[in-house]
Amino acid sequence: MNLSPNLKSFLNEAGDIARFTGRFFSQTIRPRFEWNEFIRQCFVIGYLSLPLVGLTAFIMGLVLTMQLRPSMVDYGVESQLPAIVGIAIVREIGPVITALIFAGKIGSSIGAELGSMKVTEQIDAMEVSGTNPFKYLVVTRVLAATFMLPVLVLLGDSISLYGSYLGVNVKGSTSFYLFWMQVFDNLSFSDVLPAFVKSFFFGFAVGIVGCYKGYNSMKGTEGVGRSANSAVVLSSILIFIIDLLAVQITDALGIN
Amino acid sequence: MLMQTEETEIQTTANDQPGNVVLRIHHLYKSFGSNKVLVDFHLDVIRGESLVVLGKSGSGKSVLIKCIIGLLEPDEGDIEIFGESISAMTAEALDKIRARVGFLFQSNALYDSMTVRENLEFPLRRHWIQVSQQEINDMILQALDDVGLAHTIDMMPAELSGGMRKRIALARTLILKPEIILYDEPTTGLDPITSREIIQLMMDIQDKYNTTSVIISHDMNCVRTASDRVVVLVDGRCYALGTFEELSRSQDEKVKQFFA
Ligand SMILES: Nc1ncnc2c1ncn2[C@@H]1O[C@H](COP(=O)(O)OP(=O)(O)OP(=O)(O)O)[C@@H](O)[C@H]1O
Ligand SMILES: [Mg+2]
Repeated sequence: MNLSPNLKSFLNEAGDIARFTGRFFSQTIRPRFEWNEFIRQCFVIGYLSLPLVGLTAFIMGLVLTMQLRPSMVDYGVESQLPAIVGIAIVREIGPVITALIFAGKIGSSIGAELGSMKVTEQIDAMEVSGTNPFKYLVVTRVLAATFMLPVLVLLGDSISLYGSYLGVNVKGSTSFYLFWMQVFDNLSFSDVLPAFVKSFFFGFAVGIVGCYKGYNSMKGTEGVGRSANSAVVLSSILIFIIDLLAVQITDALGIN
Repeated sequence: MLMQTEETEIQTTANDQPGNVVLRIHHLYKSFGSNKVLVDFHLDVIRGESLVVLGKSGSGKSVLIKCIIGLLEPDEGDIEIFGESISAMTAEALDKIRARVGFLFQSNALYDSMTVRENLEFPLRRHWIQVSQQEINDMILQALDDVGLAHTIDMMPAELSGGMRKRIALARTLILKPEIILYDEPTTGLDPITSREIIQLMMDIQDKYNTTSVIISHDMNCVRTASDRVVVLVDGRCYALGTFEELSRSQDEKVKQFFA
């Protein structure tokens, strides 16, 4: 076949990642799950990302509200501000922004950590110490990323909405109770559920790409840097692709 | 001294009473793509001896010992440790063998995210050995004492010098009291004084725990002091085998260059 080298290497990599994902599933279901390491990773990946996610979510909610206000005032629907912002944050902006921040922080750190363990033979050292490094390092991190991101998204959404409440009060005034009433009156289960479900996929993508890039890191410190970098780039792209697929699926299923 | 693999076999079988060969490498082939690294490599290691593998950089020494411990899978050939072939083993059986065979990595491979104590604890815990926390602590202290670095127990690997890291890596290898230790270039990158200390340490350990050692090296000082027998690895084969004395008097060009 006459494929361009770029396309060829892209297809090769896609195949490798698919194989890596397959290996992830087959190793996950094998017995002796590494509970201790999984819980430690949930702490590192979830809890330690909280300040960053919280800060960005807060600012985003506040700024979004302040920037939407003039147009809303022009159309005379200023009172709908909490409803609009609520829907925008919960359905799209919250999950996607949180996932992108997560990819930047966690994707790169997993890529760099596993990459440097690979090039300094620490992964081999684990293997000769009676440990299956794939289960110990990869399975735990991917699962922790998959389960922690949705939690971060929920917390981030709430903090964002709080930021939005403050944003509403910069130029207008509404009570805390009224604000939340307006947000929740306009949110239905079908807004929350798809957003929540897609966050699992975002988290999984960040975890698997970070681990794949780190685990296949090239020798040398340059290789480690490149793993971290390409883990962020690739997982960010995947987040958008999954987002695109998710909206098609919910649309087709009539959940909207 | 012997130059051909066929003769090698004759020689090793000569002092091979059954049960004395703890490690047998049998017609091993390993290549990466078109790069043939090991070609029909054959070697027997006898219990209690200290065997040095000599070879140029890139000649496949690390590949050889990674095959021995099962980190790389040979293309062809067989490796028997304690009389059992490792290629046919289940993962659990291989782990049991690995608990009896220590491996000192060329790059030390200390876990950077763990303290020295946790580094040493890792193999003990992971090999599912049933011991109490008190015994684990004693074993860690004993191993650190053996390498003279008991005071570094709560430090991180990044805080240690190159020589200290090598010793900690050695302590981590020793902690399971392995019967065979594979050393991958234990003195490379160390100053002459420190490397002499490491060699002395290796020999003390050999005496104290009566281990069998396979040492990869191109440090002639190490080869001279630490070897009972020397294997010269050229073009992926076991090119020559003999004592240091025998090989250093060799007239063969390829052997001579190591002893120049
Ligand atoms: N995982 C691998 N994939 C591809 N090629 C490899 C791999 N490991 C080793 N090689 C190749 O095998 C050859 C032997 O490498 P090896 O690391 O065993 O050399 P060495 O004898 O240990 O050298 P040094 O003294 O520098 O450590 C080299 O040509 C190397 O490129
Ligand atoms: Mg080497």
